[in-house]
Amino acid sequence: MTTASNGTPAIEFKDVVKRFGDNVVLDKLNFSVAQGDRVTLIGPSGSGKTTILRLLMTLEEANGGLILIDGDPYTHEYKGDRWVEIPEKRRRLVRKRVGMVFQQFNLFPNMTVLENITEAPIHVLGKSKKDAVERAEQLLEQVGMSEKRDFKTNQLSGGQQQRVAIARALAMDPEILLLDEVTSALDPEIVADVLGVLREIANTTDITMLLVTHEMQFAREVSNRVLMFDHGKIVEEADPETMFTNPTHERTQEFLKAVLGR
Amino acid sequence: MNEEGIWSWEKAWEVLPSLLRGLVITIEATVVGMVIASILGLLIALAMRAPTRWVRGPLRLVVDFIRMTPLLVQLVFAWLLLVDVPPLVIGFGVLGVHYATYMSEVYRAGIEAVPPGQWEAATALNLPKGRTWFAIILPQAIRKTLPGLGNYAVSMFKETPFLFAITVVEMYSAALNFGANTFSYIEALTMVGLLFLIVSYPTSLLVRRMEIRFA
Repeated sequence: MTTASNGTPAIEFKDVVKRFGDNVVLDKLNFSVAQGDRVTLIGPSGSGKTTILRLLMTLEEANGGLILIDGDPYTHEYKGDRWVEIPEKRRRLVRKRVGMVFQQFNLFPNMTVLENITEAPIHVLGKSKKDAVERAEQLLEQVGMSEKRDFKTNQLSGGQQQRVAIARALAMDPEILLLDEVTSALDPEIVADVLGVLREIANTTDITMLLVTHEMQFAREVSNRVLMFDHGKIVEEADPETMFTNPTHERTQEFLKAVLGR
Repeated sequence: MNEEGIWSWEKAWEVLPSLLRGLVITIEATVVGMVIASILGLLIALAMRAPTRWVRGPLRLVVDFIRMTPLLVQLVFAWLLLVDVPPLVIGFGVLGVHYATYMSEVYRAGIEAVPPGQWEAATALNLPKGRTWFAIILPQAIRKTLPGLGNYAVSMFKETPFLFAITVVEMYSAALNFGANTFSYIEALTMVGLLFLIVSYPTSLLVRRMEIRFA
């Protein structure tokens, strides 16, 4: 694993194009995220935020451009002039550095809470069962789910499931964590719990985070950069303080007004 | 003709032992046939997801051919073709293959019913394809296929009398043999019907419960 600390960005998009049929979601998008950065993507739905995360998790295929992780080509590369797909074998090596938490949790219902967390460390990282369980227990403790260790996932509330999903992602020791509207499917009163867990992680680790969220207060607290998207393009980029109090672009002003209700 | 009238309890009792021997064969054929059908059905379902048309195309053709021709014809055909193979073994094989083509549809539906989020979570955890199938997708898909599997088991059980055509002495053949010797066809066949009912009715109730539980 190459953990570059020499200023190589953790994530870099170069002229990335993504289309769904005739609908161009990302049109030659360029941006980069530095190691340890916490970047929030905001913007109206359909602006391409979630697509960016899904491209980074290889859940969608780009139609053009390059995505680099720590400077390494990830999904595609240029061979001479030809834009070619990187085979799954090589993608896996890079993908190992990226983790994701989903809006719908996506826990494995045929496994217990503990098994959900130890599955990949054992079968992907090659950890011993003992080590994997030890680490899982530590993470469960961290997200406040220790007593649910042997529960099936359908016995858990949404908030509990999401906390397990966070622990599951962290168990892979990702360098980059993608958070895709992780509180959108939760009841309002438990949103704070999950955000608390994430705040803790943000404060105690140096994981690079890329988040799509509608929790503007949280974005303001946790992130050090905010990117405003519209129609697959970055219309404004600023530190959270500036973005939320004094946005310059008209489109951002409109959007924040609608979201924040002021 | 039967001098004791249309129904004789005595004859009904008398035929029972040979019918029970036939029932053992019937159940055997169903169990072995179902084992073949559930394994082969799964393999067909998986092969149908192959990325290349060169696998899917020919397989589709074979599967459709088997589904669109009668089980009875397939049994006799295989029996005439494979002269050295014991009829019961041919019965196992043909029942198994015939039902595998139906089971593959049940598996396909089960696999497709697993939410895409499960595949995505597996990708996000960088799990290899094989592990994703065996640890995550199939356990969830197969759970959903259990009622379908049960339904086909009942239906296969009821179709085992076709084995009569290839000289396997299951329940129906046993009843005909008994009738041929005693002219008591009515008693023998009534008992066959009852025995089928005794086995398949509770099984179908079980399947219905599974449907509710796994739905």
